[in-house]
Amino acid sequence: MSMTMTQKILADHAGLKEVSAGQLIEAKLDVVMANDITGPMALPIFKQMADHVFDKDKVVLVPDHFTPNKDMKSAENSKAIREFSREQCLTHYMEQGKCGVEHAILPEQGIVVAGECIIGADSHTCTYGALGAFSTGVGTTDIATGMATGELWFKVPSAIKFVLKGELQPYVSGKDVILHIIGRIGVDGALYKSMEFTGDGVASLTMDDRFTICNMAIEAGAKNGIFPVDEITREYMQKHSKKVYKEYQADEDAEYDEVIEIDLSKITPTVAFPHLPGNAHTMEEINESEKIYIDQVVIGSCTNGRLSDLRKAAQILKGKKVADTVRVMVIPATQKIFVECIREGLAEIFVEAGCAFNTPSCGPCMGGHMGVMAKGEKCVSTTNRNFVGRMGDTEALIYLASPEVAAASAIAGYIADPRKAGN
Amino acid sequence: MKAKGTVLKYGDNVDTDVIIPARYLNSFDAKELASHAMVDIDPTFTQRLKPGDIMVAGKNFGCGSSREHAPLALKTAGVSCVIAQSFARIFYRNSLNIGFAILECPEAAKDIDEGDQVEVDFDAGVIKNLTKDKKYQAQPFPEFLQKMIQANGLVNYVNQKREGKL
Repeated sequence: MSMTMTQKILADHAGLKEVSAGQLIEAKLDVVMANDITGPMALPIFKQMADHVFDKDKVVLVPDHFTPNKDMKSAENSKAIREFSREQCLTHYMEQGKCGVEHAILPEQGIVVAGECIIGADSHTCTYGALGAFSTGVGTTDIATGMATGELWFKVPSAIKFVLKGELQPYVSGKDVILHIIGRIGVDGALYKSMEFTGDGVASLTMDDRFTICNMAIEAGAKNGIFPVDEITREYMQKHSKKVYKEYQADEDAEYDEVIEIDLSKITPTVAFPHLPGNAHTMEEINESEKIYIDQVVIGSCTNGRLSDLRKAAQILKGKKVADTVRVMVIPATQKIFVECIREGLAEIFVEAGCAFNTPSCGPCMGGHMGVMAKGEKCVSTTNRNFVGRMGDTEALIYLASPEVAAASAIAGYIADPRKAGN
Repeated sequence: MKAKGTVLKYGDNVDTDVIIPARYLNSFDAKELASHAMVDIDPTFTQRLKPGDIMVAGKNFGCGSSREHAPLALKTAGVSCVIAQSFARIFYRNSLNIGFAILECPEAAKDIDEGDQVEVDFDAGVIKNLTKDKKYQAQPFPEFLQKMIQANGLVNYVNQKREGKL
């Protein structure tokens, strides 16, 4: 029987020759990850099932959401997972100042590789599909079960195949691709399904583009996003990881619920307006409408806080000043990216332009800290959600965009076209 | 298992950020979370809700973050069941894992109005609208999930399975 790429990974991890969409299976887990919000809540549930984690190398804890701890309750939560990590002798406990945002740090440190079955108690765990792994977000009870048993139940998903053609234009990147796709299929367009990306266009996408695209698969309701493994993936894994990886390929006659062609060359800078990631508008539409003045810009997060994102933003901000009416938070996603920004002179460009250059954290993305907004304020953000109240007041407005759009908007003071930014 | 209550109705894409805003996630105390449930889209929710009341919503209920705090907040606030046209997948898993009743039934979700009296029989998947005198059939859960629901959630299921009881 023919299978999708995701189905093949799941079948192998369930010890089955084949699986089909809708089938309920129990699969073995290669990585089980939680953060400072979901991890502490999982500990008492874990203790109802086990005294020790199933494998100290495979359970990963990352305090990144409310860190550096924003208040005493958050500090208690971080302390709980820190102590648990020591007690259980976990190999991968990702402390502040040494690591960074979960979905950037796991690939960077080579903890996740192709062919693995990964769960994380964070919805954006789907990011690692960029490496050709099955990776999905789950809740607290699921993660506690994964930590205790190394297994979890899954319903085998059907899939939508996205055939990518052509190459992206300058000032267009992975964020525009995924916002375009969610705009097309809607925030529940891939509900319960895999989003499998294929086609000649894949080769032109960088690893960072692929991470960004898979990161937001959840915003279309998907169970996972996944890219095939190619030279770019192999090179990334060889550079970052010593783990043995396995390459899977979808069968040529695998069944898909839908096949959608995406011509990368036709995608232009795209912005998701409040309050849904699927509320996509092209820059052409925006340029023709009344200017949308903004109060804040956020450049960072598990979606767009990687080095290439910050390079693109810095290229636009170089020698320019942030508009007087705008405050800008630049948040590199990991310590390695942070120090690279210093080495390459990006940090200086940001600071000279008038940006706050911050320590790695999820920060304002989910309204935690480091840039929470007041009533009526507007923000262009490279993060992943623009729900009501996501980044502070329920009457604050979030516009999701690429680092290029964010940087151009920071200078202009309104949502601006990076292609016209003068570089 | 049965539930009966008054309906509080919502639209499509009710996300986990409005079910329980992230600013309250520095705690996972169920009662504290429940006191803030739905505050950002329905500030009167906790005052209006009577124990046993039923939420009815449109498509993609519970979309967004993986926070299990969301079904936990609704369950602890006294919601007996959520009926929706569809659920976001992590919310769906989380609800079943903590033994919070949810039913996917597009027909009922569209037809039932705010304030209707509704009775739900989970085993049969039957939803009765007492106000409108109508009956709807929800999709039944697969056998594996029924076992998990009967075990009152995933933790008990795992423990019973380990003890060889399942």
